[in-house]
This record gives sequence, C-alpha cells and structure tokens, in this order.
Amino acid sequence: MLSLMWLQSGGCGGCTMSLLCSDAGEPFGMLHDAGVELLWHPATSERTGAEAIEVLEACAEGGMPLDIFCVEGAALRGPQRSGRFHRMSGTGRAMTDWIARLAARARYTLAIGSCAAYGGIPAAGANPTDACGLQYEGALKGGLLGARYRSGCGLPVINVAGCPVHPDWVIDTLLAIASGGFGEGDLDSLGRPRLYADQLVHHGCARNEYYEFKASAEKPSDLGCLMENMGCKGTQAHADCNLRPWNGVGSCTRGGYACISCTEPGFEEPGHPFARTPKIAGIPIGLPTDMPKAWFVALAALSKSATPRRVRENATADHLVVTPAVRKTGLK
Amino acid sequence: MTRLVVGPFNRVEGDLEVTLELADGAVRSAHVNSPMFRGFELILRGKDPFDALVFAPRICGICSVSQSAAAAAALAAAMGVEAPPNGRIAANLVLACENLADHFTHFYLFFMPDFAREAYRGRPWFDAAAARFRAVTGSAVRDALPARAAFLQLMGHLAGKWPHTLAIQPGGSTRPVQTSGCIRIEALLRRFRNWLERELFGDALEAVAGLHDAAALDAWRDARPPAHSDFRLFLEIARELDLYRLGRATDTFISYGNYPLEDANRFFAAGVWDGGVPHALDPRELSEDVSHSWLEAVQAVSHPSQGVTLPDADKPLAYTWCKAPRWRGRVAEAGAIARQVVDGQPLIRDLVARDGGNVASRVIARMLELARVIPAMQRWVRQLRPGEPWCHQATMPREASAAGMVESARGALGHWLEVREGRIHNYQIVAPTTWNFSPRDCDGVPGALEQALVGTPVQDGDAVPLAVQHVVRSFDPCMVCTVH
Repeated sequence: MLSLMWLQSGGCGGCTMSLLCSDAGEPFGMLHDAGVELLWHPATSERTGAEAIEVLEACAEGGMPLDIFCVEGAALRGPQRSGRFHRMSGTGRAMTDWIARLAARARYTLAIGSCAAYGGIPAAGANPTDACGLQYEGALKGGLLGARYRSGCGLPVINVAGCPVHPDWVIDTLLAIASGGFGEGDLDSLGRPRLYADQLVHHGCARNEYYEFKASAEKPSDLGCLMENMGCKGTQAHADCNLRPWNGVGSCTRGGYACISCTEPGFEEPGHPFARTPKIAGIPIGLPTDMPKAWFVALAALSKSATPRRVRENATADHLVVTPAVRKTGLK
Repeated sequence: MTRLVVGPFNRVEGDLEVTLELADGAVRSAHVNSPMFRGFELILRGKDPFDALVFAPRICGICSVSQSAAAAAALAAAMGVEAPPNGRIAANLVLACENLADHFTHFYLFFMPDFAREAYRGRPWFDAAAARFRAVTGSAVRDALPARAAFLQLMGHLAGKWPHTLAIQPGGSTRPVQTSGCIRIEALLRRFRNWLERELFGDALEAVAGLHDAAALDAWRDARPPAHSDFRLFLEIARELDLYRLGRATDTFISYGNYPLEDANRFFAAGVWDGGVPHALDPRELSEDVSHSWLEAVQAVSHPSQGVTLPDADKPLAYTWCKAPRWRGRVAEAGAIARQVVDGQPLIRDLVARDGGNVASRVIARMLELARVIPAMQRWVRQLRPGEPWCHQATMPREASAAGMVESARGALGHWLEVREGRIHNYQIVAPTTWNFSPRDCDGVPGALEQALVGTPVQDGDAVPLAVQHVVRSFDPCMVCTVH
C-alpha cells in the first residue's frame, strides 16, 4: 500500500470539495482499491488534535513512511518570512515548516490546485501574505521548496493546477502513481500532469460553432462565443474541462461564463477585468496559442462575413431563436 | 486549573485551534483561534467591482456559491438592478443546492463519525453507529458521497461547475437552461429526495417537516427502532448522551433571511430572535470589533461598511485572526438553527424555548432544512420558463456603496462594498463562522462558541475530549470563511 498525507494551507478547501464530487462517487474507496491508503486528511479523517499530530510527527521524522504528500493551498510565507499567517493549530509551528519537513520525506509531492502549484488567488493584488506555490512563484521556479527540490522518487513537485481542480485530475494522477508508471515525461513544462494539461479548454467546447464563425456573445446569458467580448481564454488555457464534464454535465463555458485560465500560473492577475476581453484596435490581444496572428485576423474576418443567420442571431440570444434547417431530401 | 490546546481540529472546513482552561472536570473558559489569514479584503482593493465575482467564491470552497451570491447581491444593490424571474429562481436553486449539500456533508462526513469512536464502545447504539458512520470506512460514506455527487449535478446544469462558479451575476444567471435541463434537474431532485427519505429519514420529507414540537419529534423517534434511519439513530444518540444539554451559547440568533421570492419577501424570513423576543433585522445595528484580533485597531469597533482589515501579528492580547461581529453590541449565533427559529419553524422554536441552542438542536435544525427546502426546490424548478430572460444588464456607477446579505449553510453572510472612481475602494466580509467563532470583544465578552464550551465535561488527561468535539462541530464551522 502507498500512504497518502493531505494538508491544507493558504487556500479555500475547494479542491477537496471538488474531489468529493467525483463522478465515481467514492474517491477514497477508488484509491484504496488501487493501493493508496489515507494516513490523514483534514476533512475526512477520524484522528484529530494530538492523535493527528502524532502521525504528522512520525512522517516528518521519518519513522512512518510517507509515499504521497498532497498540499492544497498556497504556502503563506509572511509576515517577514515567519510563516505566522498560518500556524498549524495545536503545534504552534508555521505550516510552511510542516510542509518543508514532510516534503523532505515524501516519495511524491503533489501541489493540489493552483494555489499550491503557483501561489494562485492569495498571491493576487499586493500578495498580502507573501503567498507562493510549493515549487513556483507564479511562472517562476522557486517557491517554498526551491527550484532544485526533488521528492524521494526524483520528481519535482507535481502541479495538479486548477481553481479548483477537477476531481479526476487528482484521482487519475494518484492512480498513475499507484500503477508505478508515472515519470518526468508525464509532466508538462509547468509541472502539470499531461493527462489533462495536454488539452485546451477550447477542445470540445459546446460553443464551437459560434467560435468558428466568430459569432460572439455580448452579455451574460448569450449563447455565442465568449472569446471576443466576455474574457474567455479557453483557446489558450491548458485543461480538458470540455472533454471531461464537471458535475456530470458542466464546464465554465457550458455554464455561460469565460474560462479564466485557472490552471495557468498568474491567472489571478490577468491585468484586465476577468469578464472583459482586452483588445487593441478591436482585436482581442490574447489569440489562440499556436496560430499566426495575421491568419487568425484574416480567417476571423472571412468567417464573420460567412456567418449563417442562424448562428449570428442565436449568438446574442439566451435560447435558440433560429433552429437548424430540416432537410427533407435526406443527408448526403 | 489546567490548560489544554486542541488542534488541529479536523472535520471542519479549514484550520481551527481551541484553548481550554479546565477545572473540576469541565471547561472553565475557552479561547478560539482561527490560525490562518489570507487577506481577501486587501486583495480586492483597487479591483474592477465585477472581479469580486471571481475572488469572493474563492474565499471558501464549501460556501463558494454563498460568497458568489453575497457579492452579486452587493453589486446588484450598487447598480440598482434586479434579476428577471428565471435568474432569481436559478440563483435560489444553486444556493439551496450548496446549502443542503453542506448540511448533508456536515452530518455524514464531519459530525457523525465522532460517535463511532472507540471511547463510545459499550453504548447501546455504538455498533450501529460504528458500522454506519466510522470516518472514511463507514457504510454511510460509501452511500452518501455518491448521493451528494449526484445531487451536486444540479450545479453542472445551472452553474457550470461547483465550487467556484461565475454563473451568479448581479442581474441574474449566465446559464439559460432549456426544457431538457429542467427535466434533468427535476429528475435529480427526485432522486436525492428518495435517498433522503430512504436513508436519512426513513419517512416522507413532509412528515419530518411537519413535526411541530419536541414531543412530536420524540414520538417520531420512538415509532421505529434507531437503526431504521440515520436521523433516528442520531436522535437516539442525542437522547442517550443528552446532547440537548451540551453546548448552549447565548440564545440570541441572527438570520439575514434567504431565497428571495417574487414579492420581495424571502422564503426564510430575516430577523433576530433574542431570548424569545423577535426583532426586525436592521443592518445598521451590526458592528465588528478587533480588540482581540491580530489586526490593527484603526477603530476598535466599526460598522462593516467602515471596516478595515490590516494584519498585526504582534498585537498584545490578540489571539486569533477572526474579528468579533456583534448585534447591538451583543454576541449572536448564526446558522440553520438561527434561520429556523427566526423563521418561526414550530419544532425549532419549541426546542430553543426548552434548552436553547445546543448540540442536538443545531443538528436537528439542519436536517429539518433538508426536509423543508427540497420540496421548495422542486416547486422552483417548475417555475423556470425557458425562452424568457435570465439576466438583466446594468452599469456600475463611478461611486457607490452597497451591501449584499444572504444565508449560507452556516448562516448570516454579508458583503459590504464601496466603489470609488469605478474601482473597489473597500470590501468587507462578515461570515457566519466569524459570528459563531468570534473572540472576546472590547468588553471582554466571549464569542458564541467560547460561551458554548464553558461547562463542557472533560476527563482528566483526555487530550481529545469528545464532548468538546461535539460542541465545536455542532456549529459546522467554516474556518476559511471566518478569516478571509
């Protein structure tokens, strides 16, 4: 069995809440079946207070093997690098100390969510708590554990980024580790598991036809593409949100609002209001990652002029005002 | 007198530490510490007002929609916009889904596992409780998590995802559902109702919601054996351990009211219930005190709209990051029990008249909300009208000041927003566990949990006193909301 310890620091607990929404319904049972045994999790374990500290100490001192160490929430280094913005209750010690001690013993260290991976939401604005990720500060390597950190198995911190994470991103990563076949080649250049980060949010977006014709939403509840006006970054953001539904049927863009690229370092400070697309001369500045800009602009102009009336009118409505034509001659 | 520090306090949302002074086998006094500070109110300064919709839900993963709803309500008030019926109903459904899922999670994952602990072996109900509720491995975890996940698919339909949706807007909802979506939502509500009626209650929701006083509840409990349903088993445990006399706080209850209806009323009324006397809720009578918080005392006491949040980790006498909210300068308790007593639900009124707020009545109030709100959600979803508007538009004035007040699962949640020159100038959040887990105020009066813990029995040398666990968890604390 592989032992798993989970701690929460400068975050909201939302990644755990999301994990419990797993469509499999019973994530811990699924992990147990794969040979992953929960040593302690703040939301679910029976052990509390002194009993929990005993397990934490045993892992930190090396007396109890720690195979998988998951941290949810940013490392809060302030004030003045004292870590006092989060002292682990019952211990008087800064959580940053606990994380560093346990990470030094773990065979695999996982940052669960964008806070633990890159700093995330608590690092926004003036970053009042000096928040950072386990091995990144925004897109820069470093963070709490330092750029050279390697866990016992030789891997850097595995960044299961997202705000929150999709339950399956966590479960699939843990299952891959449990199967013994998870290596450096399974991580992208920002340390994210490629099993979800090799996709773009755009892939499988239900608004795809509107995107093709640049038939854009203009206000909340419109059916059209959210990229041109509503701040959507789905064509650039790495995640499979529209291939792997959330809560059974959803995703951000299916919910009618922009992808805010929550799996990317620094998403918390986009430099513009989240729900408004920044533009220069009427053209969005954030265009699809691997497409030459001139081509995009040319194709957009062409597709806009070729937009069918159905797509154009539905794009700014909250229900289908024109339905697809029914051909009675059979489809060829 | 001996001192006992209890922490990390798990099976609550976020991190919590409780320091107890013990004498003669009981708690003499308690100090509650919320040990984590993130500074959302500082982060929000200078942002575009609409960005609050991105940041506020991320205060808390378990109350994320409540935080969205409060932010959207504050923005709506600042702009003077009202949602069309579809938008209002969709927001109610999404908020109700989160609140009920939280009650459900609290009961099965956080609260009940304490009765499966070895210290209770030998109690007549122990074997049943251990088989059903043991943390991680009990049969209830296996049964309840899939039911919870299936219920939260309502979020997939109406909010895109949970937690951290952007669907709830000041003018309504970004997510127009069509007829097929409405049918699926009705179906999943029926399915969750069936689960509750089969496993949790062993009875129709209407039968539970109709229990009108303590005697009727006792008779209902005794009508079948405890193992017949999870709620009956809890009631039997509560009777045998006398949880009705554990964890009494101030008996002043505050509720902002919840789920706006078409006639400007709310499905659950707003108000304050003070030792049996009802008061209208006047937001001007709310204040926050930072005398014992690690925060600069720019003013010792201020209305939330004038609040300031500047960390000072070295402040003498301070022992928590949490502020101390007060109503008319007094401590009040928030939560399902407050909502139900203020709303006039007869069973909860009777329980509170007998023994005040306590471990048993807080849990009963939550279960009662499951029984009362699911039928309301089933009515609401049938009021949705696909094809009619979901969201109204409005523009934010350059200068504005407004509040958004809602009820999360854990109770009264308020956001106070001030916009200057089109940006957020001040944003203050008062969360329900800020009320319940508040520290002492400038008069030295302890907060609700600090009062509730006094008198709780603790055996000598017991490092993990179970009665303390029950009292603390009976509030269903959310520590990440408490200090944001």
